[in-house]
Amino acid sequence: MRRIRRWVPLQRLREFSLVIILIIVVLIFGNQIDNYYTPRTFNRISSTVALITLVAVGQTMVVLTRNVDLSVGSVVGFTAYFVGRYVSKNEDMAPLMLAALAMGIGAGMGLINGLLVAYGRIPAIVVTLGTMAIYRGLLVEYSDSKSVATRELPDWIKELPQESLFHYGEYELRALPAIALAAVIIIFFLLLYSSFGRRLYAIGSSPEAANLAGIRAPRMVTLAFTMCGAMAGLGGMLYLARFGTITVDAARGMELQVVAAVVVGGVNILGGSGTVLGAMLGAILIGTIEQSLIRMNINEFWKDALLGLCIIIAVTVDRILINQLTPWWSRTELQRMPEEPHAAV
Amino acid sequence: MQQSKRWAWLKSWEALMFIILCAVVVANLRLSEHYLDLNNLANIFHLSIEKSLVVLIMAFVIINGEIDLSVASVMGLSATVLAERYDAGWPIAAGFALALCVGILCGLLNGLFSAYMGIPSLIVTLAGLIGYRGVARILLEDRSVGDFPSWFTSLGQDGIIGPFPLTIFVFIALFILGFVILQYSVFGRYVYAIGNNRAAAEYAGINAKQVKVTIFMASGLIAALAGAFYAARLGNVRANAAEGFELDIITIVLLGGVSIFGGTGTMIGVGLSLLVVLNLRNGMSLSNVDGNTQTSVIGLLLILSVLVPNLIQLLQRLLPRLFSVIAGFMNKGGATKPKSQVSVHQ
Repeated sequence: MRRIRRWVPLQRLREFSLVIILIIVVLIFGNQIDNYYTPRTFNRISSTVALITLVAVGQTMVVLTRNVDLSVGSVVGFTAYFVGRYVSKNEDMAPLMLAALAMGIGAGMGLINGLLVAYGRIPAIVVTLGTMAIYRGLLVEYSDSKSVATRELPDWIKELPQESLFHYGEYELRALPAIALAAVIIIFFLLLYSSFGRRLYAIGSSPEAANLAGIRAPRMVTLAFTMCGAMAGLGGMLYLARFGTITVDAARGMELQVVAAVVVGGVNILGGSGTVLGAMLGAILIGTIEQSLIRMNINEFWKDALLGLCIIIAVTVDRILINQLTPWWSRTELQRMPEEPHAAV
Repeated sequence: MQQSKRWAWLKSWEALMFIILCAVVVANLRLSEHYLDLNNLANIFHLSIEKSLVVLIMAFVIINGEIDLSVASVMGLSATVLAERYDAGWPIAAGFALALCVGILCGLLNGLFSAYMGIPSLIVTLAGLIGYRGVARILLEDRSVGDFPSWFTSLGQDGIIGPFPLTIFVFIALFILGFVILQYSVFGRYVYAIGNNRAAAEYAGINAKQVKVTIFMASGLIAALAGAFYAARLGNVRANAAEGFELDIITIVLLGGVSIFGGTGTMIGVGLSLLVVLNLRNGMSLSNVDGNTQTSVIGLLLILSVLVPNLIQLLQRLLPRLFSVIAGFMNKGGATKPKSQVSVHQ
């Protein structure tokens, strides 16, 4: 038992419990809906979840440093429009170049956020609340309130969501979920095993200690925001591929879904703990519930109320479980940590 | 040294806001001759009276070190409850009372989960933002309810003194009440103490949890009241009423000099920032600026209002060092390493 406790950190347990909740949810829906266990359900849910997952991965890095990025929705909207407009004029653009362009724009916007937070010493919630409005305003100005229509896009981008990279029977791994999955795996290992990742955790756990340890927090925080922006930029390109039509309202309100996924995934909003795997599981859980409710034909109007309920239940259960388990898990020599001071991030 | 004292008042947030307000008013005066019309002045307040009401209580919430993202959803839910009950044949007054009760209940839930369960209020009220709106959707689905009795809509639309409707006077009364409670009552001092340092406040014998729950309940109540006003002003309610208002409201409070970490900020500052934002929006509307661009100008103002004082502080720290380097260069005829600030003054 002691061996298990030593080798399985509490965080893994948290993710494990999320997987169990996910299985229970799927079993319940499977019981209620005819023909639930079909490839179609799987494919539909996986394409829906991909976008949120990708942006949530970037958000996780920012939240780990005790910050939050509320501007991701506007960044996704702006890059989706910009890339869509650009590719409609240059049809022979290589897909990878387009992705690089999208990530570059997103990274630029993230960099502005990061510089203001880290070097301008403005609270992240203030900066990103401001840039959320500013980036949306940029989109309106740049687009002149016009939309990108599906027919203006080259064929490859329209067919991207249906592209299947790998299939087992009719269970397909389509391009969008594959990109999201790749991002999750890369960032997962980056955060857990690179010095950059460990520094992000250190800054979030205790800024003072990180500073004393010689970590240049402003640089790291800026980098985290930049990477979050790049992820949101890539998300913008996928948004374009998935929806085709981009208006000035594209991805408005997405930041709330992303933060919800991150939080349900067990990433501590006060920084310092959580993984991108958790964020992905959070996104999958929310996406599964959302899509299944639509299938269930109970009134679609119940969706939001149940989603809110799910978030609060997930967070409360997590809180109670972790509070109960922490002293037992970390054995007796570590006393229960005192409650963290309450800050609105 | 003397100079810095003479200009110390300029450093206060209220002074900064007042200067910006004057600039905005002057710009508006040059922009349009109709700016000072009584009708336009009434419109400035009337068109965003619901947001202004909630700004007052949001100042309490943020000074207390919490945040309430669910206010706009509570506004929508309250308007929806009122409309749905009216549609079901209740008198308006009964629906109004029920809407207020629902608002208090929402606030109570927010408060219990954040104060007693220890979940950060950002998360609790994020769930509330989604969930309460969801309840509103369940109640009204995609219907739109209108046809309120004329006395109800005229309460929200028609002026009772000149062009100023009742809601503006309710706002003024609540502003004075909020000002007195926050700045001059024991409860107000508790709010600051908890926002500054919750642990210290609890050791001093303040029941922080109770104060927090009270504030969240008040926030729910005011949001519900604002929602009812919204229904009265528009005369028509859909489930997405007041969607997205929370960001405007929080922006105004933060622009008013309230720290997002709690513990600082005054009601006067919040009132001035409210005037700045409303006048700025009015001026931009008079010159046909698009709504989204208006919001981004206010976002820019929000960032600059924190960035500029920070930069000035940085310059103040760096300038003496720079001078000491130059002085050292001139005295000794060679560059010397700047000594620490303290030794320079001695």
